[in-house]
Amino acid sequence: MRNLFPVLTVVAAIIVLWYGAAVWLNTPWAYDKAQRAGVELSTSELIADTWSQKKPKLPAPHQVTREIWKTTVEKKITSKRSLIYHSWVTLSATLLGFALGTVLGIALAVGIVFNRTIDMSVMPWVITSQTIPILAIAPMIIVVLNAVGIQGLLPKAIISMYLSFFPVVVGMVKGLRSPDHMQLDQMRTWHASGAQTFWRLRLPSSMPYLFTSLKIAMAAAIVGAIVGELPTGAVAGLGARLLAGSYYGQTIQIWSALLVAAALAATLVAIIGLIQRIVLNRMGMAQ
Amino acid sequence: MNWLIAGALIWALGWYVNVRLAALPKSRVTSLLVPVIFGVTLIIIWECVVRGLQIQQVLLPAPSVIAARFASSTSILWQDWVQTVLKGMMSGYVIGCLAAFLTALAVDRFDFLKRGLLPVGNFAAALPIIGMAPILVMWFGFDWQSKAAVVVVMIFFPILVNTVQGLAASDAMQRDLMRTYAAGYWKTLFKLRLPMALPFIFNGLKIATTLALIGAIVAEFFGSPIRGMGFRISTSVGQLALDLVWAEIVVAAITGALFYGAVALLERKWTFWHPSQRS
Repeated sequence: MRNLFPVLTVVAAIIVLWYGAAVWLNTPWAYDKAQRAGVELSTSELIADTWSQKKPKLPAPHQVTREIWKTTVEKKITSKRSLIYHSWVTLSATLLGFALGTVLGIALAVGIVFNRTIDMSVMPWVITSQTIPILAIAPMIIVVLNAVGIQGLLPKAIISMYLSFFPVVVGMVKGLRSPDHMQLDQMRTWHASGAQTFWRLRLPSSMPYLFTSLKIAMAAAIVGAIVGELPTGAVAGLGARLLAGSYYGQTIQIWSALLVAAALAATLVAIIGLIQRIVLNRMGMAQ
Repeated sequence: MNWLIAGALIWALGWYVNVRLAALPKSRVTSLLVPVIFGVTLIIIWECVVRGLQIQQVLLPAPSVIAARFASSTSILWQDWVQTVLKGMMSGYVIGCLAAFLTALAVDRFDFLKRGLLPVGNFAAALPIIGMAPILVMWFGFDWQSKAAVVVVMIFFPILVNTVQGLAASDAMQRDLMRTYAAGYWKTLFKLRLPMALPFIFNGLKIATTLALIGAIVAEFFGSPIRGMGFRISTSVGQLALDLVWAEIVVAAITGALFYGAVALLERKWTFWHPSQRS
């Protein structure tokens, strides 16, 4: 709570800057219009005009808020213009990809921790692959899977899976190896089997690492789903709204899709944070 | 069918060699050889599966086809690389790093700003900032300037957050010692706090290398002049020239790995004293 006031100040400053930038960026077009209409603009008229243009270079915050309100609350959810509908399309791909990526990532991490050959062969490639712009192959995956006959949710989920997979592997390997020698020796003195050591020591002590990497993975999964929607020709989803908006110069639509995507990402990450707090509290691991 | 059997055999052979190598005591040679054998085996299996099952060119080209395409279209690849990496990515990376670093210095001087900006920065790091790409393409035009802008926006917050954290890394005792030496703000900054912050800053710089390349490529999906890696990928996918797409991806992968490696090398040179660098 100590940070509340400074954070609110920074947010307020951002909004003020935003309004200022809207005036600055939209002024040329306002003057252009006024000149063609043959009227002189006073300063207050100019500012009012820059904050209410139809296709501004930078829409003012209230225009974006109104657009979001119009496309979420006032539209039916089934409508193609409803942002809730588009968010759901993106969200479902994100969640499916995230779930697949997490399961696969944990499975590979377990393999890496328990099998030396897998560790030595795969781990360097996992680390190298993080330096590669994986997102660049998104269009290809979509088109190729489309050619095989797989459409809709799954291709996007595969891209999300691919992006959320690596943070989970790296985090879980670190986490499963986090018990120190003392603890592992203790398990050995109890004659614990490999499975017992895994379930009672390694897995519980990896939880903090797991949640940290799940947050990164969730953020990556959303980016994957949004980018995955670009090459399908803007059918549905937040990415499609971005692309359609950029084709037709509908800046207000782009900004509203962007803000909704941001809110979606923030909510999902916050939910993981909440689960993390509850789980770690119950395990007695809360900091 | 023969190809598939050959692939299975090579897989078994490669895996067997790796199991034997992994059982040896860990040394520099084995820890380099094992992943290389694994990678080469995968590529050979890919080739065998594509030939054995006669997978169409438009679905998955064989590695040999990709290599041939790579060799025959080096001029296109070079031109795209210059456009995307040198013009778009590098200028954005430099501008973004400098801007974030200077902002971090300013933020660090005022506790109020630090408490206000850090949560916002952490929040922004989780957002799909890549979505800003269409807007920035509209503002800065189709050429490399808009790609540089996307890169700046993407890498700004990770570097800012890491640098501010790093500047807080020196403890009160050390700062007190600097004060007893009568060192002013700038002297303390350059002699104590910046060196202490380097591991954190490099962490941010390394994250930023990947983000920068992704930003520069994805921004081209939203419009670009008729060259650039992102442009080539999206148009070649449309023409089903997947071998060219794969060639671009190979270029992107090599660029990403080299860029990251260069930053990591610099890190090793400048922060040799840090525990994580001493093995």
